[in-house]
Amino acid sequence: MFKKFTFRGGVHPNYCKSQTEQMKTEVFPAPPIVVIPLSQHIGAPARAIVGKGDRVLVGMAIGEASGHVSAAIHSSVSGTVRAVKPFAHPSGHLTEAVEIENDGTDETVEFEPIGASWREAAQGELVRKIAASGIVGLGGASFPTHVKLSPPTNKPIDTLIINGAECEPYLTDDHRIMVERTEDVINGALMLKKILGAAEAYIGIEDNKQDAINAVYDRVVTSKFDGLKLTVLKSKYPQGGEKQIIDAITKRKVPTGGLPMDIGCVVQNVGTALAVFEAIMHGIPLYQRVVTVVGDGVRSPKNLLVRIGTPARTLLEACNADLTDAKKVIMGGPMMGLALPDLDAPVIKSTSGILVLNQTTEPVRKYPCINCGICMDACPIRLVPSRLAKFVEKNNIEDAISWNLMDCMECGSCAYVCPAKINLVQFYKLGKIRVREKRAAEKKAG
Amino acid sequence: MSTENNVDTGKPDEKPAAIPRLHLSSSPHVRSSLSVKMIMLVVIIAMVPSLVTSIVFFGINAALVTAVCIVAAVGAEYGANLLLKRGQTIGDLSAIVTGMLVAFNLPPSIPLWIAAIGSVFAIVVAKMVFGGLGCNFINPALAGRAFLMASYPAQMTSFSTPNFGSISGLTDAASSSAVDAISSATPLTAIQNAFADGSYVASDFATALKNLFYGSVGGCVGETSALALLIGGVFLIAIKAVDIRIPAAFILTTFALFWLTNGTGTYFTVDSIITPTFHILAGGLFLGAFFMATDPVTSPITPRGRLIFGVGCGALTFVIRKYGGYPEGVSYAILLMNLVAPLIERYTRPKIYGEVKKHG
Repeated sequence: MFKKFTFRGGVHPNYCKSQTEQMKTEVFPAPPIVVIPLSQHIGAPARAIVGKGDRVLVGMAIGEASGHVSAAIHSSVSGTVRAVKPFAHPSGHLTEAVEIENDGTDETVEFEPIGASWREAAQGELVRKIAASGIVGLGGASFPTHVKLSPPTNKPIDTLIINGAECEPYLTDDHRIMVERTEDVINGALMLKKILGAAEAYIGIEDNKQDAINAVYDRVVTSKFDGLKLTVLKSKYPQGGEKQIIDAITKRKVPTGGLPMDIGCVVQNVGTALAVFEAIMHGIPLYQRVVTVVGDGVRSPKNLLVRIGTPARTLLEACNADLTDAKKVIMGGPMMGLALPDLDAPVIKSTSGILVLNQTTEPVRKYPCINCGICMDACPIRLVPSRLAKFVEKNNIEDAISWNLMDCMECGSCAYVCPAKINLVQFYKLGKIRVREKRAAEKKAG
Repeated sequence: MSTENNVDTGKPDEKPAAIPRLHLSSSPHVRSSLSVKMIMLVVIIAMVPSLVTSIVFFGINAALVTAVCIVAAVGAEYGANLLLKRGQTIGDLSAIVTGMLVAFNLPPSIPLWIAAIGSVFAIVVAKMVFGGLGCNFINPALAGRAFLMASYPAQMTSFSTPNFGSISGLTDAASSSAVDAISSATPLTAIQNAFADGSYVASDFATALKNLFYGSVGGCVGETSALALLIGGVFLIAIKAVDIRIPAAFILTTFALFWLTNGTGTYFTVDSIITPTFHILAGGLFLGAFFMATDPVTSPITPRGRLIFGVGCGALTFVIRKYGGYPEGVSYAILLMNLVAPLIERYTRPKIYGEVKKHG
């Protein structure tokens, strides 16, 4: 029925989506206490604008962007600020966060929507609304959306891609959004298209989400949603990687060290498109998101609409998770998600799922590298993963740089297929730290 | 957003059971089931057709040599790990692969104790002292063969008559005399001698091609049947255990160079392809191209590097066979290329996604 688009490389993990892909999103009640980190995005952390004892309302700004690449933070409950201090963050670090005690009234601020007149509104006004709503990329990278929507004038954008690939196993939050909120996502996409002045807009969906494809197809064939094209993607990881989905749909390649805007493209996740719609149409800032809670021992897996700041533990309890045999609790998907050190870590804007795994990767390598090259065939960037790992292991940073370590996006395809079970991604993360240290030292030395 | 379907959160004071221990490590958190052991097992399976044909043509000797080499290889790795105080590694099955390959490179009539020495040398000297699997810089089985060639040249070049054929492959079994029951006159020696004394006539060698293809000629245990090796090789390529670049470049290069020097003075006659076809079917070329040059540890990982490596193996095989004093060139060609594999790899870094030429 559809031509299927794809990219070169990648892997086919077991998708494990059947448990939740047909489960309607349920609204999860606001918990008694939320902890909302001020750093939920790439860039500078937000600056707290509330203090202990302040009363806040749902949707009220509690942190302001502290620079261009930064994002505002909003309260997800109404109540009283208990503390502004370092708390456990999903990344494992302690970061500054606002702790709020919910008074249970769910009193909201007065939202200021642009509404149906958005088609007539100026682009700048729409971008300001998005920035004020604290919207960041909800696909995982959390890049502030208003920055992506403000490309320099010498880099015109002709193509917008709405990323509905959802190639991470287990996760079904984007899938449910596309099925349940189809028209809102498409409207959000059209808003983004208008802001960018893009000639073309595509929504890319992997072929394992047939109901989402059908739902979008039914809308885009009508003239009501003129301007958005549906592209069906092959189910392959990491189809939803920014460079991969651009390659699959437009055949353009982002130059190394460059950004999609260099080749006239902007990619936004479907969740982001929905958040943009909510902000512009209803004036609702980003204080909640859909989270898939699933995995081994999770007896009632669910897709939940969750307030930002809800502890992972609360969601696991609500889904009847039995953690006695749990090896890892992961925030995000199994390929790129973060293993949680602390179940009190809160849901943040990039939390697409909470996943429990009873069987997981070996802590140490099982076999030596035999140079088989299977990692190389899996790498969507066509790096030589085993070489990079060896360079980093031997602290040979020059060679790691010249073999393009910094182009690695840590998708984990190489480590997934590695027959020697080497923790390759860990080496790249370490290597990148070493490279930055080296560059900083060189800069210092002049 | 919509507000229906509120979730029953259960009793807030009902905490889940204490978690024994949460693992923390870098993503990805899931892995494919592929393992080094599986790869080794697949290679072993791919060698089975050659072992079977070898037993058909050379009888129980072929099986005995193979069994002794495997036992010696596994035993040597076990012992070396004990002596070097390392964890045991025989479970990865790589020693079985090496043992089989050593056996495949020995004449079926080799004394079993010599076969065992070759296997032990391959494992201990070429592999374990360099750090074991993944750390050796030359193919262990070929190192074992080279060691035996230097140490026991007579035994290493005495070949027995195959069942259903003759040693040289030039005549069929019926006409082969009892004189060449043990001799060093393999097909490659025959063609080398013909070129040397100027008596080469292409049609003399045409009859040998069929024998070389099926394997009813004199030679090492696992090398004589081109058909069996081809089955194993195609299987490895089909399941992507082996990159087609190395065997294809190796075989085509050898074929092309022998075609250019085919001795008939013509290039587009049937006779002109007899010499090159003879050379790719004879000796250890298919064994080397499919099973030894493709050893990932000692060949480049990069796609262009693999092509260069294969061409180099083919060219060196041609040079040694054509101009060397020794009729077989495959093993030394691969060993020499093993030495330059890291260098080739260094200069053949693949172009990555979105790579742009750097200016200046």
